Amino acid sequence: MEFQTKSFWHYFKQNRLAVAGLAIILVVFFIAGTASLIAPYDPGKTNVSKKLKSPSSEHLLGTDQLGRDVFSRMLYGSRISLSVGLVAVAISLVIGVFVGAIAGYYGRWADAVLMRFVDIMLCFPSFFLILTVVALLGPSMLNVMVVIGITSWMGTSRFVRAEFLSLRERDFVQAARALGMKDRRIILRHILPNSLAPVFVTATLDVATAVLVEAGLSFLGFGVQPPAPSWGNILTEGRTYIFDAWWLTVFPGLAILMTVLSFNLLGEGLRDALDPRLRGRR
Amino acid sequence: MTSFLLRRILQMFITLIGISIISWLIITTAPGGPISLTMDPKISPKIIEQMMKNYDLDKPVYQQYFLWIKKLFTGRLYSFKDGRPVLEKIWERIGNTLLLNLVAMTIIFSLAIPLGVFSARKQYSMMDRLTTFGVFLGLSIPGFWLAYLIILGTVELFGYPVLGMRSFVTEGFGAGEIVMDRIWHLLLPAMIMAIHGLAGLSRYTRSSMLEVIRQDYIRTAKAKGVPEETVYYKHGLRNALLPIVTLFGFLIPGLIGGSIIMESVFAWPGIGRLAYQAVLARDYPVVMTINTITAVLVLLGNFIADLLYGVADPRIRYQ
Amino acid sequence: MKTPLLEVRSLTTQFFTEDGVVRAVEDVNFEIHPGEILSLVGESGCGKSVTGLSLLRLIPIPPGKIMSGELLFEGRDLLGLEEREMERVRGNDISMIFQEPMTSLNPVFTIGNQIMEALQLHQNLDKKEARRRAIEMLDRVKIPSPEVRIDSYPHQLSGGMRQRAMIAMALSCQPKLLIADEPTTALDVTIQAQVLRLLKEIQGEMGMAVMLITHDLGVVSEIADRVAVMYAGRIVESGPIEAIFGEMRHPYTRGLLESIPQLEEKKKRLNAIPGQVPNPMDLPTGCKFHPRCHLMIDDCKKEEPPLYPVNKNHFSRCIRWKECC
Repeated sequence: MEFQTKSFWHYFKQNRLAVAGLAIILVVFFIAGTASLIAPYDPGKTNVSKKLKSPSSEHLLGTDQLGRDVFSRMLYGSRISLSVGLVAVAISLVIGVFVGAIAGYYGRWADAVLMRFVDIMLCFPSFFLILTVVALLGPSMLNVMVVIGITSWMGTSRFVRAEFLSLRERDFVQAARALGMKDRRIILRHILPNSLAPVFVTATLDVATAVLVEAGLSFLGFGVQPPAPSWGNILTEGRTYIFDAWWLTVFPGLAILMTVLSFNLLGEGLRDALDPRLRGRR
Repeated sequence: MTSFLLRRILQMFITLIGISIISWLIITTAPGGPISLTMDPKISPKIIEQMMKNYDLDKPVYQQYFLWIKKLFTGRLYSFKDGRPVLEKIWERIGNTLLLNLVAMTIIFSLAIPLGVFSARKQYSMMDRLTTFGVFLGLSIPGFWLAYLIILGTVELFGYPVLGMRSFVTEGFGAGEIVMDRIWHLLLPAMIMAIHGLAGLSRYTRSSMLEVIRQDYIRTAKAKGVPEETVYYKHGLRNALLPIVTLFGFLIPGLIGGSIIMESVFAWPGIGRLAYQAVLARDYPVVMTINTITAVLVLLGNFIADLLYGVADPRIRYQ
Repeated sequence: MKTPLLEVRSLTTQFFTEDGVVRAVEDVNFEIHPGEILSLVGESGCGKSVTGLSLLRLIPIPPGKIMSGELLFEGRDLLGLEEREMERVRGNDISMIFQEPMTSLNPVFTIGNQIMEALQLHQNLDKKEARRRAIEMLDRVKIPSPEVRIDSYPHQLSGGMRQRAMIAMALSCQPKLLIADEPTTALDVTIQAQVLRLLKEIQGEMGMAVMLITHDLGVVSEIADRVAVMYAGRIVESGPIEAIFGEMRHPYTRGLLESIPQLEEKKKRLNAIPGQVPNPMDLPTGCKFHPRCHLMIDDCKKEEPPLYPVNKNHFSRCIRWKECC
């Protein structure tokens, strides 16, 4: 990596919002990892006699229309939101880095064709495209992750391309080439590691978007399917009872907001800390 | 400028072909094809026959594409659901969606630019920090959730309906009241739809402005004795606005995505809701046509943005 | 003795950055008389540009701050003026031109527009009159067919033309002092000479004073009347041009002069000054030049030397000025 870890931390630490975002993300990861240990109830266990109970010491965030414990369902829901976000972004990263690397490294017609393809993909309103394809394939957690992934790689590929375009002219790449090193090796060993910083930033921001998109799909009934306890599902099922059971709407929404906000703040913090041009400004 | 225009139009044409191919590929290459997915005993054989005819599934693949294009443009593509021409169904509702999006776009531009400029001007002040945090909240809030909270709030507070384009019962309303009723029903969903773009654009304006005020020509203007305010709003803003013009095109996809959710929440009779209903009913001719049309709208938006940029920036205008 | 146009007294400007305080300009004193060309010379980072910007109070605040000093312009302290009054001084009494003609003009306004702005602001001219004057100024800086060029955008002009337009803009209100910050550095060598000659010519016609900031002693020798050499934020030697070029009394000045390639002399190699410009956040003790100086003795490390008068108008900040050079 080209940036120095020490100065990176020095600048990152000063951005208190980004640090808070990172802390919240770590907490959400912890919850997702330990949901089965800390959840007081089985998230799928229904108990109609206790339906739509408001928050109390027994049920911290109340119960839903089937008497399920909302708090437990929310804890498990963090797993779904995080998995969808991370897997979708991983897919989009692989495609985006691949396309961007090929376009930037080889240039010429490979670049022209691939970038035109990126332009075309960017014309489709992504949310509608995702909705259409998920509906075609049938909604499931896997399909949601895959479809978000294959429709959101364009930004990454543009970044990677730009990095490659500038890096491939640098001395160490020219030297590697003069030594007869294979393209694949040059790309993987010499250019890619040097272009990871901006990719890392976009990936973080993309997780935020993916979590939001998953919630939107759930809201329209094309997300992770019930009875799986995703935050979007709890919210969507609860909207029927919005005037009687506000907690079904408010808490999952807050959880989505906090998670998305944290990823956005973290991404912005990373961007500032990694961009040496911005540093002098403070 | 002319060569720039020609190049841009050629580029747009290629992109347009790409859009149509991808739109078409998505339906026809879906596992099992479009017909099998809709194979439902409840659908009458007559409609299935209609669908077969619609898609020319007996013909070779490349012919299917050209026939689809031809039907799309001549308006002979029919809805699976009710057999009505797709373009007609869309035409009825597109005005409502454009109205909603136009209002949202107006809200975005008229608020985001002053907000971003203000934030940049008072960089690191308390107000700037608050605005920045507000921007991140706006970028992160799920629109439909906010919509529900607001519906909950307004209904509890005012006891006034917000769904649809107008109240159901308008008898006994005066002309003024009817207008106010319409505006009320329009403004709420438009405002919520605008939040995301508003946050993004004001952030962009802020960094664009901060970038510009570090430029040498700003110092030159100050050295001439131009008052601080004029330097900022005349020399700075004019330059900062240049890249913002191009964002006009990029805002459209987000707004259309938002339309699908907001129109569903607010029961707004536009193409977003039509698209959603079509997805639910697996009415693929409608879905794909809306996908294509919106992609074309985005393309046009980008083109207009480029033109505006060309007009606004003398470095491009005179070339 | 005539009263100076501008008298700078113990000007100190600092920048407060995250990594520490940059002492860019420290206790700088000099004066400029009407109609004279004073040249401020030094390597990049010596504080000469900051001095120029400080005179017009154009230092970005924060992180910069003018810590102390007096800037007496026609007897009036510029540092004591309200911002509104200062705006009336800028571009009207004192103008400034900058190094980069590419980036120093606003790309979205025509050059005519940018010249007229100062005229309308300071001279209360109406648009028509301002335009007439702008054309006149463009003609004066020898831009061909000024009535056409006035409607050009900066990107349509060459670098030399842009710098001429900058000069026209700066001089449009007939200032008494022009601060020219490396006005020719970014230009081609042949264009440099033309622009320099133009500057000198116009200075003669209009009779204004010029403060020329440059690192290029060749430029200095061509047009300056007096020279002030800066090092690490301080003036280390000042005097009339003949004195500086003929009988310099500071080893740094000598180093600067010896590092210019000279055609006539058959020297085997250029004498570059050894070592590096000191880090402005961590300056050496005593004389700031001692780590690079071949005349250095122990006393140089102890106390910062004052400016010793070599004669009535020649000063050197070197304790061994008598032995030097």
